[in-house]
Amino acid sequence: MVRPFPVLNVLSVLIVVFALAMLLPLGVSLMYGDAARHAYGEAVLITFVSGATLWGATRSRQAELQTRDGFLLVALVWTVLPAFATLPLLIYIPELNFTDAYFETVAALTTTGSTVLSGLDKLPPSINFWRSELQWLGGMGIIVLAVAILPLLGVGGSQIMKSETPGPMKETKLTPRITETAKGLWLVYAVMTLACILVFKAVGMGWFDAVVHSFSTLSLGGFSSHDASFGYFNSPAIEAVAIFFMLIGGINFGTHFLAFRKLSFSPYRSDPEAGAYVAMLAVSVLGVAYFLLANHVYPSFWTALRHSAFNVVSIATTTGFSSTDFNKWPIFAPVWMLFLCCFTTCSGSTGGGIKMIRAELMVRQALRELMSIIHPRAYLPVKLSGQRVENNIIFAVLAFMLIWGGSVITVTMLLAASGLDIVTAVSAAIVGITNTGPGLNQIGPATNYAMLNDFQTWVCTVAMLIGRLELFTLFVVITPAFWRK
Amino acid sequence: MKIVILGAGQVGSSVAESLVSEANDITVVDIDGTRLRNLQDRLDLRTVLGSAAHPSVLVEAGIEDCDMMIAVTQSDETNLVACKLAQQLFNVPTRIVRLRATDYLSNERVLGPDCFDVDLAICPEQILTDYIVKLVEFPEALQVLEFAHGKVSLVAVRAFQGGPLVGHPLKDLRKHIPSVDTRIAAIFRGDSPILPEGDTVVQAGDEVFCLAATEDIRQVMHELRRMDQAVKRVMIAGGGNIGLRLARAIERDYTVKIIEYDKRRCELLSTRLDRALVLQGDVTDEGLLEAENVSDMDLFVAVTNDDENNIMSCLLAKRMGARRVVALINRRSYVDLLHAGQIDIAISPAQATIGTLLAHVRRGHVTRVHSLRRGVAEALEAVVHGDRDSCRCVGRRIEEIDLPKGAAIAAIVRGDKVIMAHHDTVVQAEDHVIVFVTDKKLLPKVEKLFEVSVGFV
Repeated sequence: MVRPFPVLNVLSVLIVVFALAMLLPLGVSLMYGDAARHAYGEAVLITFVSGATLWGATRSRQAELQTRDGFLLVALVWTVLPAFATLPLLIYIPELNFTDAYFETVAALTTTGSTVLSGLDKLPPSINFWRSELQWLGGMGIIVLAVAILPLLGVGGSQIMKSETPGPMKETKLTPRITETAKGLWLVYAVMTLACILVFKAVGMGWFDAVVHSFSTLSLGGFSSHDASFGYFNSPAIEAVAIFFMLIGGINFGTHFLAFRKLSFSPYRSDPEAGAYVAMLAVSVLGVAYFLLANHVYPSFWTALRHSAFNVVSIATTTGFSSTDFNKWPIFAPVWMLFLCCFTTCSGSTGGGIKMIRAELMVRQALRELMSIIHPRAYLPVKLSGQRVENNIIFAVLAFMLIWGGSVITVTMLLAASGLDIVTAVSAAIVGITNTGPGLNQIGPATNYAMLNDFQTWVCTVAMLIGRLELFTLFVVITPAFWRK
Repeated sequence: MKIVILGAGQVGSSVAESLVSEANDITVVDIDGTRLRNLQDRLDLRTVLGSAAHPSVLVEAGIEDCDMMIAVTQSDETNLVACKLAQQLFNVPTRIVRLRATDYLSNERVLGPDCFDVDLAICPEQILTDYIVKLVEFPEALQVLEFAHGKVSLVAVRAFQGGPLVGHPLKDLRKHIPSVDTRIAAIFRGDSPILPEGDTVVQAGDEVFCLAATEDIRQVMHELRRMDQAVKRVMIAGGGNIGLRLARAIERDYTVKIIEYDKRRCELLSTRLDRALVLQGDVTDEGLLEAENVSDMDLFVAVTNDDENNIMSCLLAKRMGARRVVALINRRSYVDLLHAGQIDIAISPAQATIGTLLAHVRRGHVTRVHSLRRGVAEALEAVVHGDRDSCRCVGRRIEEIDLPKGAAIAAIVRGDKVIMAHHDTVVQAEDHVIVFVTDKKLLPKVEKLFEVSVGFV
């Protein structure tokens, strides 16, 4: 049975801590002396007081969380925190309604990077910073962070963390204690972000741009402080750096962690996904570059390669930056990119989608079925890196794929029924559920999501949330059996 | 020599049998009383019932004043513990241990002096696997043996009508393949050995043992029979230790199918093997063999634990069209019955594996012993030490060395060089000498030749 009160108690602590996270953009605002300063003061106050009140009300009901409570906690954290995160936006931009603001903050926390705001270049720096900070926090995961810095989740922390971490097989603890694992992951993430900031600065960005873009690069989020995204810089060096760090963000952070600790490359070699991930991207980048050249989109191969590399990697890793309006490319290229974003990133990375490991398992399962027709008596295990994968994992992956496909279709249908054209609807469903960002047609890189009506915005918001939490965590909370005593 | 053997399984009893006949005092320890009784009925040795890893049992077996301990129980751990006890408590000078797990074998420090301190680790399954892998690589050969770290090979080939040398005297070999330095070490016609001379004529059906540098082996075999097509497809019946090792060793280079009856074992096999196809079923199930195209197999290897199963599945596979069948057969009488009949090669595990062990047991500096023709003949590799005064070989021409009739020095490996022995070749210190002995009874005399006299330090 689920016990809502202990869950609310933990949630209240997280809300209080979240209020502290708003102090960072407040600092930025003070530093730049921008116009949004008053917004943070109020936002911090409201958030802090709400959290504290909730804590006071549920204090007497504290208890250690069970696995089931964990699902509820994760679901609540990911729906409630974005609501508080809207406060600075709502206060600073009075004409913004809650639906759009909530869409914006969900897009930030889920690292989707779709935006309803335009004129980003004219926004106060602190607002852009806040959007990127949210992406950075959501990238590695709020619960993971909570487990790392707050002891309150106790033993149940490992179970709860699993419901937030993407991937089909989450048994592997990297260290004996879950807190250490969470700390390790966040440390690696932070170190890489720092490295990204420094390199961005070194190749020509200003400090502010470097920080904001590093936050949304490593988290594979995709928010930029410029309407033209990376097109604003028009610098191959900056694009190359971004490509490199997007590639890093798309690999399992557990693997990064092991590589850091051993100071060797061997964990990457034994990672079952990293090889396929890099190969898939390399083939696609070259293929799309050749395709663009053959269709006379760009005059030289190098220009074609530059734009292909940046945009293909950006979309396939579910980041969503763009250096040019790829919607104007012949339709095959953007559709292929959309296809890639469904499954390219690795499990345990900051990316979204089905994940490479599930795709690999599905391909192997299909081959196994073929082989077993030819050799009915053969034992054909599905293997990853020489390890046998149990059938129950295969079934879980199959169920995931089914629900994933069902979700994409449902979202598409809802959007199409409410009046979007079918290409926009399909692409919005896919880029929403995979947490990518820009899609095709009306929601392409050169436009934004402001044209959606309220209903469509809510559908996309839900799509982003179920995508980030990999379906089950949210769906399980809305099944009646979950609440039954 | 006083020897304690721990474990009276297949390897233990074969070793005991070989060593008893060489005038040693043997004590065998096992936890199975029936096995010990069987052994004692057949052989002249003492037995002790009990766990081989218990100090009291070891003391009872006389470990305190024995010269050598051979631990060959089923359990690696028992063997290792016994070895450590023997070294630390009882100061046994020589300790030979049988190990199965590659984990122990692959780490040198585990077996080194500061850990378990094993003098010689043997893995019978690995030796057998190597043996069979050679047969896969050289499908024409009956047996392939390596000496001097693989530089020299000895192959047994059956001469067939159509080989260029068949029907001709041996001295013609030099005319046929002038570039290759080779030596015919022995010929067996029927069951009797012939020590080859220049004018010995090779007949069809002879079993010819030739020695050559490993890279020349194929050319030499070509003289004695037409070559078969290279092996591509292999079917292994039985997924036990040997089946698994064999499949792992060859799955990269050949198409391998492996049949195993036990479902749980099948799961393990399919996990450990990358490319080989694991099939669940009875190795004598005609339907399964048919469905998996046994008729297209270049080689069918039966390595289950059961002699009768191996024989029957091989006979079946042969009749259904497998090109060549190899069976693992434990019982000596079966081996003699079947070898070179309908079953192309019958391998006796005991004979194939104890060679290495025996090499260590024997005196002198014999580094390698291979049993040939099911143990009738032997080929051994010895390192020569000392000088003209302390050793009866060093500094002498081969014709001067007092070898018993029936034994011949076939080749000498000096550093990296392989020298085919001629009557005037001079043996030097530190040479590896490869000696071919057609009758096992001559062994003690041959070994004496390579001993260094007491004065030599």
